[in-house]
Amino acid sequence: MFELPSGAEIQSIIASLKLSVEFFIPEIYLSLLFMLLIVVDLVAKGKKNNLLSITTLLGLAGSIYFIFRQQTMPAGELFFGMYVLDEFAIFFKYFFVLSGILAVIITMADEQFESEVKSMGEYYALVVAMVIGMIMMASSADMMMIFLSMELVSFTAFILTGYFKRNPRSSEAALKYLVYGGVSSGLMVYGFSLIYGLTAETNLINISSALSQHGYDPVVLILATLLVLAGFGYKIGAVPFHFWAPDVYEGAPTPVTAYLSVASKAAGFALLMRFFYIAVPHGGPVYEDIIGINWVSLLILISIASMIYGNVVALWQKNVKRLLAYSSIAHAGYILLGIIVMDAFGTQATLLYLLSYFLMNFGAFYVVILIANKTGSENLEDYRGLGKKMPLAGAALTVFLISLVGLPPTFGFIGKLMIFSALLTKGSLYLWLALIGIMTSVISLYYYMLIPLNMYLRESPSSEQKNMNPGLLPNIIMAALMFLTLYFGLFFQPLADFAKYGSTLFGLKLP
Amino acid sequence: MLSLIVFLPIIAGLIILAVPSSQKQIIRIVSLLAALAQGVLAVLIWRAYDPSLPGITAAPGGSPLGSFQFVEKVPWIGLKLGAMGSLNIEYFLGVDGISVTMIILTALISAIGVLSSWTIQKQVKGYFILYNLLASAMMGCFVALDFFLFYVFWELMLLPMYFLIGIWGGPNREYAAIKFFLYTLFGSVFMLLVMIGLYFSVIDPVTGNHTFSLVAMANQANYLQDAILGPHNVMWRYIAFAVLFVGFAIKVPMFPFHTWLPDAHVEAPTPISVILAGVLLKLGTYGMMRINFPLFPEVFHASMYVIGIFGAINIIYGAFCALAQQDLKKMVAYSSISHMGYVLLGLAAGNSEGMIGALYQMFNHGTITAMLFLLVGVIYDRAHTRQIDKFGGLASYMPVYAAIVTVAWFASLGLPGLSGFISEALVFVGAFSSITTRYIAMVSVLGIVFGAAYLLWSLQRMFLGKRKPDAAYDLEVGADGHEHIHFHDWKGKIDLDGRELTMLVPLVVITIFLGIYPMPVLGMITSSVNKLVEVLTPLAIR
Repeated sequence: MFELPSGAEIQSIIASLKLSVEFFIPEIYLSLLFMLLIVVDLVAKGKKNNLLSITTLLGLAGSIYFIFRQQTMPAGELFFGMYVLDEFAIFFKYFFVLSGILAVIITMADEQFESEVKSMGEYYALVVAMVIGMIMMASSADMMMIFLSMELVSFTAFILTGYFKRNPRSSEAALKYLVYGGVSSGLMVYGFSLIYGLTAETNLINISSALSQHGYDPVVLILATLLVLAGFGYKIGAVPFHFWAPDVYEGAPTPVTAYLSVASKAAGFALLMRFFYIAVPHGGPVYEDIIGINWVSLLILISIASMIYGNVVALWQKNVKRLLAYSSIAHAGYILLGIIVMDAFGTQATLLYLLSYFLMNFGAFYVVILIANKTGSENLEDYRGLGKKMPLAGAALTVFLISLVGLPPTFGFIGKLMIFSALLTKGSLYLWLALIGIMTSVISLYYYMLIPLNMYLRESPSSEQKNMNPGLLPNIIMAALMFLTLYFGLFFQPLADFAKYGSTLFGLKLP
Repeated sequence: MLSLIVFLPIIAGLIILAVPSSQKQIIRIVSLLAALAQGVLAVLIWRAYDPSLPGITAAPGGSPLGSFQFVEKVPWIGLKLGAMGSLNIEYFLGVDGISVTMIILTALISAIGVLSSWTIQKQVKGYFILYNLLASAMMGCFVALDFFLFYVFWELMLLPMYFLIGIWGGPNREYAAIKFFLYTLFGSVFMLLVMIGLYFSVIDPVTGNHTFSLVAMANQANYLQDAILGPHNVMWRYIAFAVLFVGFAIKVPMFPFHTWLPDAHVEAPTPISVILAGVLLKLGTYGMMRINFPLFPEVFHASMYVIGIFGAINIIYGAFCALAQQDLKKMVAYSSISHMGYVLLGLAAGNSEGMIGALYQMFNHGTITAMLFLLVGVIYDRAHTRQIDKFGGLASYMPVYAAIVTVAWFASLGLPGLSGFISEALVFVGAFSSITTRYIAMVSVLGIVFGAAYLLWSLQRMFLGKRKPDAAYDLEVGADGHEHIHFHDWKGKIDLDGRELTMLVPLVVITIFLGIYPMPVLGMITSSVNKLVEVLTPLAIR
């Protein structure tokens, strides 16, 4: 039986919690924003205006101030080691808040919401809730906290995916997402329980020291690692945990697809890095299990499978959203390459790649939405002749796709350059991985270019003259995203420095 | 000055972006002005260029910039990478004897390409924006001395080229465009890995940091002994050399990586064919001379044999293929492959004569092939066909055209007195005097015979004799009692018009002048090539 804590102990617990709260302000602020949005929705009920979205935008932008204030705070553990505040977490806080802002912006541009749903109701509140969840994923340092934050993200994502209630594709996507999510988080929790069994600890740093001090059964640990990977792999959409991705990406409202494919994936990577860097031992031959594989080898396998599968299957896609879904599977593979290197440079490269992926993927989905607004379709065939009718959209989409291939002078090229550089700093050890990476990116050129091919090289079958101008504001946003993709392709220093800043994890000294 | 010559076309492209797309004439004139300004700058560079300075690499103890001219060097990116030191990229431009002729060639061909684009009517605005982007990227490649910068320019060429072939091309343009794109990308992505490998293997002697500078990379003393591409890693150096070589060979294009070229040429509009054959192919061999060989001299020395054999295959295989073509443009495309084989053979010889011949052949091939494609374009505009057997007896109806065709064709087959002869002769002198390539050269000489065969045969079929029954034109007896040629739906002048003459005459003059007096070009390149040969020769043989 548990002993009840004495008064003094309770006092000290409360004092410690009070101390931690000071370092938890962005999360609290965002939770208040979440509640505010529900209230605003109640007040503005029935009125179709931009009140909710503007409130969300301003609210999210406001949180940047609180995150900025955290940059001067010392790195450390909060809430009895449940939660950490470090540069790595701050990097992802910015990342998620910005992706929330972009998700809101592209939702405002999507006209499908007007026909599919009566009220935006809790949509924006859920976007904010997901931001909170993802921030907590990136900051969790304890298996309990990891599980809770992951579920928070998953459940909001399920609802957002099925937000078009009357659309059977959307509902189907939500159900698939839910079933896969349920199974994989179940597997992950099982893996956690095995690790707890090995170490009697839930805090990642304590797990690490327990494992290295007391030794462990390698078979059990590799099994546990595999199970945990199922949970993380589902979040990052890597092969063989990718089966949900094409259907969900295709069925979900496009802004949600963009949001899931960038932010939720990045949250998965944040968690994966923190968990594997800190908790699971690596490095020496001591930690290799009896079958001679360690978790890095597992990640290598997953990465190769994702790059090859994602890029090859994308070749046959006829729907642009589905095509981008397979491309996002492939990109999970590229990002994993940076994690495999396991040093500060590799982490920096991974974070920079995530930033580039953020820009180009949001950009691509944004243009897809603007085109769908005018044509009502996401099929490749219906993109024929669009280059002439929507010149800016065509040019912007081409830039984003070229960036996704990884050609200079775009930001995507810089991401790939850094990842491959990180691999090659290990000499010839990972050279073959880099080879697979570049070979598959040549394959990817073919299917990405299918879109410009249809837009520019083919003529539209119908010659009707319709106003295809997406409007002033969308044009500006699109041009800005395109400009940034090109600009950071040439002058990437500030972002690379930012990624360098973000590659410091609490409780870990990367070589 | 170099920045200006590189970015002038991009500036023109930005201006065009602001011009409404209905103002076609303004768009064309802006492009032409940019190209002419580029030409003026090229002439200024040519006049100010000091041919006694060799370039290539920095002499030990000398200036770290080497004896490059018109150097512009600005730090571009400097990242701290923790344990790996830092990532330093420089905006580093410069000219030496290898690049100076290529700059002049690029400016010349770009200007001619703009004139040749005058007839493009479809989406003029988009066309010239892409064209100017391409022109900038090509020029950038020839003056970049930082590998990273070179790579950016190198890849920047692909996308405009894809669209230029893909949108303004012939019926099978989609296939040709993506084939071009995939082939060249395949070659260049491997180059990316070698570039990164080189970066981590080379130390800038001045700063002590890793560097992308090609000047530093061309000096073997700057390599870290145990780095991945350091002198101790013999196997990786061989692999890196091979990978780079394939990347550049695809662009040349060298057998067996040549199959994209005939497709691209046949589908591409005339000005793009001119650019492709006149400048783009040179980038392959230029890359070999600037990057591939001097960075891995010992590997080059060991593989001269192989390069020579591939050169010979190119010469003979290209000539045979050209012999079999019915499509005039395809024939010229294969002749291009054949003639680039001479460049490879000259490089493989590894001595000054061969290398000078190769570089001179690059220049001459640029001017001559540009002429050939322009001439093919002239007849295609009129007859809407390029089938050789749809013509006959053209010489009597289009005398000026026939005269220029004859000059171009003879220059291409290497008639003495025309520029092609001198470069081919130099290549063979070099190849025969090198023990490695002597026997290869003997076989390659056959290529000249076959080259004469397909050129003379096509000349005979198209221009001599009488009109064939199924010819692409009709003959009418005019008021003056003479027979006149009549092309279906061609409104313009039957023989060459003013614009076409403006494009062709300078090239004819250059071809004849440089055939009689080659020293303006040879004088500029000699000291650099000698230096390059010195860098390439292993110490043991020196």
